[in-house]
Amino acid sequence: MQLSTEQIERLLCRVQRPGRYVGGEVNAIRKDWDATPIRVCLAFPDLYDLGMSNLGLAILYHILNGLEDVLAERVYAPWPDMAMALRQAGLPLYSLETYHALADFDIIGFGLPYEILYTNVLEMLDLAGLPLCSADRDARHPLVIAGGHATFNPEPVAGFIDAFVIGDGEEAIVDVVTAYKTTRDQDRLAQLAALAQIDGVYVPRFYDVAYRDDDTLARIAPNRPDAPLPIRRRLVPTLPPPPTRPLLPNITITHDRAMIEIQRGCTRGCRFCHAGMVTRPLRERPLAEVLAAMDETLAHSGYEEVAFLSLSSADYSHIGELVEALGQRSADYPLSISLPSLRIESFSVELADAVSRGRHSGFTFAPEAGTERLRAAINKPIPAGQMLDVARQLFQRGFRTLKLYFMVGLPGETMEDLQAIIDLVYAVRAEGRRVHGRQAQVNVSISTFVPKPHTPFQWAALAPLGEIRAKQGLLQERLRGSGLKVSWNDPWLSRLEAALCRGDRRLGAVIQRAWERGARFDGWEEWFDRGAWEAAFALSPGPAFYACRQRARDEALPWDHIDIGVRKSYLWQEWEWSQQGRTRSDCRQQCHGCGVNLAFGDLWTAGWPCPSPKKEGG
Amino acid sequence: MQRLRLTYAVDFPLHYASALDRAKVWERATRRAGLTLVYSSGFSPRPRMQDAAALPVGFRAQAELLDLWLAEPADPAEVQAALSAALPAGLTVRQVEEVALDEPALPAQVRAAEYSVAVETATPAAEVRCRLADLLAAEQLPRQRRGRPYDLRPLIEGLWLESEGAGEIVLAMILAAREGATGRPEEVLDALGLGDDFCRVRRRHLILESERPGEGP
Repeated sequence: MQLSTEQIERLLCRVQRPGRYVGGEVNAIRKDWDATPIRVCLAFPDLYDLGMSNLGLAILYHILNGLEDVLAERVYAPWPDMAMALRQAGLPLYSLETYHALADFDIIGFGLPYEILYTNVLEMLDLAGLPLCSADRDARHPLVIAGGHATFNPEPVAGFIDAFVIGDGEEAIVDVVTAYKTTRDQDRLAQLAALAQIDGVYVPRFYDVAYRDDDTLARIAPNRPDAPLPIRRRLVPTLPPPPTRPLLPNITITHDRAMIEIQRGCTRGCRFCHAGMVTRPLRERPLAEVLAAMDETLAHSGYEEVAFLSLSSADYSHIGELVEALGQRSADYPLSISLPSLRIESFSVELADAVSRGRHSGFTFAPEAGTERLRAAINKPIPAGQMLDVARQLFQRGFRTLKLYFMVGLPGETMEDLQAIIDLVYAVRAEGRRVHGRQAQVNVSISTFVPKPHTPFQWAALAPLGEIRAKQGLLQERLRGSGLKVSWNDPWLSRLEAALCRGDRRLGAVIQRAWERGARFDGWEEWFDRGAWEAAFALSPGPAFYACRQRARDEALPWDHIDIGVRKSYLWQEWEWSQQGRTRSDCRQQCHGCGVNLAFGDLWTAGWPCPSPKKEGG
Repeated sequence: MQRLRLTYAVDFPLHYASALDRAKVWERATRRAGLTLVYSSGFSPRPRMQDAAALPVGFRAQAELLDLWLAEPADPAEVQAALSAALPAGLTVRQVEEVALDEPALPAQVRAAEYSVAVETATPAAEVRCRLADLLAAEQLPRQRRGRPYDLRPLIEGLWLESEGAGEIVLAMILAAREGATGRPEEVLDALGLGDDFCRVRRRHLILESERPGEGP
């Protein structure tokens, strides 16, 4: 069913920010529906305002639409007022390009960058008029697939998704479409069997889970001979060319700027960092390719800001040249640069100078912890003095605001660490005041450490609620005063996130029950419904079991069947080293043997920082 | 430097963008069209452009006015062609003309705006006609908007029933659109007891000070 603009206009007359639901962006691709055999709807389970700047979706949109017999359209999670309007009108959720109902597509592909979006997936499936559970859908329904960083532990949503694409999606999505094409006239089981043969694809229906009496996992085992175990994530050895025709929103969104991925992966090895573990090895995009992509993107967009995306932008080999080149392109009109995830230790005076020549919104650094001891435990060793040097240089260059990110609840944290956060913040403010007086501003964001799967902290316990509250309270109390702004998040939400990210398949029932009780947009303070979740957790061992329990070395983990290429024994050693306060150097200096170059030995290229798998010492 | 005045139409889906959102759309479209706008100086330079009157979200428009200041003078017809190729669907440039650099700012020149409002209503046209007459006969129409009391009556410069059909009537309105004295079509509908009906508003025309009052139909 295709909705008419007339129908859409009636829906939107009482909805906030209707521009979210009509598409029409410059560079949006509208292919001929009837003439294109395979139709994919890329679904992002968060608001348009956020989903529009999701790089993964942008990449897949362009790859799929580049295939002759495939069209890709988009849909984002409707805000609850729009969901209500759709239900009241009896109309289904529809795509933004041609306003087709989601049920009309062959494939619906969800992007799941974070776990807190799970209830929105159910909301969108329901608004699409589709059965929520994979087992209740058949070949008459679209195939529902998912990818993104949350899917490295797919189990909590395994019941709702037909197949997961784990890891880099650029090549895998083409394989998925091809497999679908060859089996589209067969039944769902045959379709899934074809998908399960693709590298990086996990079909949860083909695996059975058993639990022990103490509620821990006994095993996950395939129930078909052709289902692989483990499922190794997909890796593109060299980054494919980036998309250069960005979709330009007609309404204001959260991050509205050109995005160019300059590298994927990270060589630093921060022990809390999920992305840093699951995207190894580092793959840099050549400077010439980045510059060409930047010029094309600017010509196709007219953007006034460029974000160079990476897990650690200042570590990019050619960062200086890149910033310089951007400065030269500011001759016609002012261009600003955004460098997310700047590392203090690779930040330089030259970089600050180059950046401050253009417009810049401000700098953010993440020391994460207050003391050098705790920073060593998380393997993010930055001397406090260096932090202050960088702050001083930035204030002297005219920047008045610095943003600092810290975490509380890290394993091994003591009151001394909290005091050190307070001291560091005041010391940074003092640097600012020396230059700008009372106009210097330090914004401090305090988040709760959440142990993530596939990291050295996957065995760690989330700190108890009471402890987090007490620590947040102390920081809030002590970090008061002019020139300071402190933000933090709801510890219960962190607990939910911790349970969902390390949960097992039994959480599917919890997510569904929470959604039935009205949970959605859980990451949004105004919608987070703690009561709905507390009631729903009656269906499982409970959030503390998943979130707040330290795991033993021999415990089977619900994501053990997903192989990211980094050895579990390496992660365990990192966990032990963390407790001993031992650090690892940047792996560009020395290979520490995480195993990724061996796991993906057949894909190894000289562009990786890793030693060749054929040589000794890999 | 050159000052150009654009006359443009707003239609689906761009009528769902706010005036502020649309400013960004214009800004980027001019860049894609290869035009160089004049920028303000300072820490956050802004391109020099000015809309005559902010068009509310959800309103379509036939002839909005926007001034652009170009760093390099260009042929207005070429500007129109280049912009037309760069704009998203729902935003159409109908005319481009050069205006004097020292002409007063557009917002200061706007006096009133003419709207056509199509209302789907069960209220019979005869009844609407009666209500129109009553409303126009009133000396004052005290109302509240966002908690502030005001008189709607002096803001209505013209109001008539333009057409009637099955379940739908079309009203035309000329409402004051000066700074601090702007009549809103929804307020008029509400005063007519039609505030809950589904309606489509189109701003047909912005009336500048240079036009004599009563030049409408």
